[in-house]
Amino acid sequence: MRPVIEQSAAELARAVGAKEISARDVIEATLAQIDAVDGSVGAYITSLHEMARASALAVDRRIAAGEKMRLAGVPVAVKDNMCLAGTRTTCGSKILGDWIAPYTATAVQRIIEAGGIPVGKSNLDEFAMGSSCENSARGITRNPLALDRVPGGSSGGSAAAVASRQAVVGLGSDTGGSIREPAAFCGVTGFKPTYGRVSRYGLIAFASSLDQIGPLARTVEDAALIYEVMAGHDGMDSTSIDRDVEPAVTAMRSDLRGLRIGIVKEFDTGKLGHEIDALYKRAFADLRKLGADLVDVSLPTAEFGLATYYLIAPAECSSNLARFDGVRYGLRVDGADVGEMYERTRAAGFGPEVKRRILIGTYALSSGYYDAYYVKAQKVRTLIARDFQRAFEECDLIACPAASSPAFGFNAKSDPYSMYLMDYYTIPMSLAGLPALSVPCGSVTGEGAHEPLPMGLQLCGPLFSECALLGAAHAYEQASQHAKEYKLAI
Amino acid sequence: MPSQEIDIRYVAKLARIALTDEEVEVFGRQLGDLLGHVEALSELDTASIAATAQVVESRNVEREDVVSGCLERERVLEMAPQAQGVYFRVPRIIAEET
Amino acid sequence: MTQWESVIGIECHVELKTNSKMFCACPNEFGGEPNTKVCPVCLALPGALPVANKIAIEHMIRAGLAFGAEIPEFSKFDRKNYFYPDMPKDYQISQYAMPLTQGGAVRYWLADGSMKECRLTRIHLEEDTGKSLHAGTTGRIAGSSHSLIDFNRAGVPLMECVSEPELHSADEAIGYLEALKRTFVQLGISDVKMEEGSLRCDANVSIRPAASTELGTKAEIKNMNSFRSVHRAIESEIARQIEIVQSGGRVVQETRGWDEGAGRTHTMRSKEQTHDYRYFPDPDLVPVEVDRELVESIRTALPELPHERFARYRGHLKLTPAQATQLIEDAALGDYFDACVSASGHAQQSANFVLGDLARLANENRMALYDSPVRPEHVGELVRMVESKTINSKIAKDLIARMWAGDGSPAAIVEREGLAQSSDVGTIDPFIDEVLRANEKSVMDFRAGKTNVLGFLVGQVMKASAGKANPRIVQERMREKLG
Repeated sequence: MRPVIEQSAAELARAVGAKEISARDVIEATLAQIDAVDGSVGAYITSLHEMARASALAVDRRIAAGEKMRLAGVPVAVKDNMCLAGTRTTCGSKILGDWIAPYTATAVQRIIEAGGIPVGKSNLDEFAMGSSCENSARGITRNPLALDRVPGGSSGGSAAAVASRQAVVGLGSDTGGSIREPAAFCGVTGFKPTYGRVSRYGLIAFASSLDQIGPLARTVEDAALIYEVMAGHDGMDSTSIDRDVEPAVTAMRSDLRGLRIGIVKEFDTGKLGHEIDALYKRAFADLRKLGADLVDVSLPTAEFGLATYYLIAPAECSSNLARFDGVRYGLRVDGADVGEMYERTRAAGFGPEVKRRILIGTYALSSGYYDAYYVKAQKVRTLIARDFQRAFEECDLIACPAASSPAFGFNAKSDPYSMYLMDYYTIPMSLAGLPALSVPCGSVTGEGAHEPLPMGLQLCGPLFSECALLGAAHAYEQASQHAKEYKLAI
Repeated sequence: MPSQEIDIRYVAKLARIALTDEEVEVFGRQLGDLLGHVEALSELDTASIAATAQVVESRNVEREDVVSGCLERERVLEMAPQAQGVYFRVPRIIAEET
Repeated sequence: MTQWESVIGIECHVELKTNSKMFCACPNEFGGEPNTKVCPVCLALPGALPVANKIAIEHMIRAGLAFGAEIPEFSKFDRKNYFYPDMPKDYQISQYAMPLTQGGAVRYWLADGSMKECRLTRIHLEEDTGKSLHAGTTGRIAGSSHSLIDFNRAGVPLMECVSEPELHSADEAIGYLEALKRTFVQLGISDVKMEEGSLRCDANVSIRPAASTELGTKAEIKNMNSFRSVHRAIESEIARQIEIVQSGGRVVQETRGWDEGAGRTHTMRSKEQTHDYRYFPDPDLVPVEVDRELVESIRTALPELPHERFARYRGHLKLTPAQATQLIEDAALGDYFDACVSASGHAQQSANFVLGDLARLANENRMALYDSPVRPEHVGELVRMVESKTINSKIAKDLIARMWAGDGSPAAIVEREGLAQSSDVGTIDPFIDEVLRANEKSVMDFRAGKTNVLGFLVGQVMKASAGKANPRIVQERMREKLG
């Protein structure tokens, strides 16, 4: 038998359910790995050793009582922007101080009910704003495949934890690419379901109309399993979709016959350099070899995605983050009056990227600019969504890069806009609310890199096409086996 | 699309974030740059296009008017940066803010 | 000298009566131990999300229909962004662009019975804030050293109701407010208690030359905590503005607070801050598509509204404005009265009993008439017996006391105890003859011109007949006999 920490969630849950191994042993092995490697990776802001041990005992008791659980004993990394009752939740910010969440996010609750065991709260860019985890006020996370490089972001902690076997699966949140980009950087699968598929209740909001929780995993099948457990209507989230969740785990396919896969004309990979271009050309060819029909599609307004996103997301964030005011919880820096207290607290509590976005968003909503910026962006959002609808009349799925480069070095993107460009390929899908994932598609030698760096192929489908999407990704993953090429640097 | 100097101090006041002079300068420039990129949107004719507030259309998501549990006060006030007795305490409120 | 017309608009905040809060399942109850009616949602803990209360939305539709407003097909919630320590999210979920109702008017009346109408600028649904206690010297916000916050009220459903500036006196303002209050009570959508803060109102007051149609500079009056203080504040503010203008000054736009003790308004903030609320659609909530069937079913189920009842009482039933108002003040009393009228067929006499002897008894016993043992059908019997002169007013009074004591049907009592009034000369004459015989001196006095003894003699006959003789007949016969 392979070491516990190498096994998939599906395998572990089966073995724990069959009492071949106890949840306790699974958790001990995982905690040992955390103790061994997290000092050099920094995936977790808070590790949950004690809670995980107690949860493992509880799972073993449930097993002994005959309960069947789909995630029995599966160690899970929870991005630290999701509430888990009794644990510190920081959002990678100083402003929450040592705030202990008194309630649990619906998605996390469903994982726990299915027998999954949170082993740590993973690092992220502050309030999920960023693409490298460098914006965290709670320390840096290193890419476990190249320690001098970022893990991506904002769900970089979960991606790094999963890649470095400090969890079998991780929970991330994706607003403009925050699951897909770190998954690509760390050589794992990251899946953002259709907007509204997974409840946002208990996910600390960045941009409400874009945020979506999804899994990071070492296999597509595990991603499907975690998705299936979390998805479904929740009465606590008005935007959660009340629609049946089709079984995803059983939708895995071994070929792509009969599928039309769209290659986006406007996403010319030639712009990304010879090596990356060749990699994606090869990936597209592999899709064809699996039986897919490749068709050219056009997303003429996709190039406006970035500008649209950087109005809508900051506008929503400027309002969502108002509540961090030093009155009810978290950090307070005192002042002579309440106004001064607000201003000092927020000045000290938020990092520069968060401030930047709050300021952009406040400006975009302010009197005189609302129509020109916010409403305009919402209208362009309509155009982008329409482009996808038209494209999906000609294809079933779209394939494109998950990120324009592999993992970059620390402090490589000093200009905010160059960092924003990292999400060029993921933002349009977010704006359209579409399900999309990143699956390993090989590696390239990055600029100044000593070792090959993972790249991700992004697949995206129409609203609610999760099963088709995961099924196709599984076929590609099984045929290409790129994850096996990746070597941990720890 | 407006393209004027951003009154960053006014925006920061609305957002309730104290900025240093240096931040005013840096953020002012960065926001200006970003809005420069955003200008590109004006190329698109959206006069007859509906705004999308939410991608997946749903309607009438409402709760039944039923009461369920509240948090315990002790736990609520534990979170407070400053509590006094059974209340949250804040510095004096300047009347203009009402 | 210039005649001045005052122009008043009223802004009200009305807490809706629901079991739970607007966007979470915490109880919507007045008062209680501070900070005990809170949850992640209404405390705006990180990650918590709002879900709208169905009944609050229905209450808005109810209110809109009552005021003849349009109920649009679509409505949505917006965020109004501003920082305030008792507002947990530092934005208020409100309705800006597409409220649940549009237009409408409040029909109200004055003491003289005249009906008036004041159009509504808007009614929309939002959420209440918590409560701040300002600690330090005065308990007011100014000069306080710090504030203490109780979030129990945060998130209670709140209706904002703004009138057009179409009221022209303090009396009209009160008429408007009373109609608003009665309507909400009648609809069962709010307790509307100013003392508990479930109704809060501000008044915008300006004056202009009587012939003018332009609006003058307004002052916004705050801190009024009863209808009486609203009335006093408006009158005092009108007088202040007239005095300023007549002495050559100009009214400045400002917010003024009403000082109940001093009986005048004072400047709260002279320079209006320009607010930039950055309204935008709340992305945590989905639009409301108002179901037309729901609207129709609410419309069908609307009770008779106070102004409709007033018109009915004044028109068909010919009650006085004061009687009509009293019966509308307490809708259950009005319903009781209506039941009395249908049992008796006589509105005015029913009103006399319900608002007279019965109201007095109810008052003395500290009990609502409609909770007493006196049933409307019993009042109906009583009224019918009085109207048909089966009993006289004295017997009626006795019967009322007995009905209150629980003796049941007055008709049955009259029947059982033979209390029916007699107009039969054959029955009455013997009583008269006996009284005349026994009171010779009075008879002589009368014949000598002291006609005022007649009352005494009639009274003696009534007494002798145990109140059953018809006093009118007694008097007629007595005069004949005394010749």
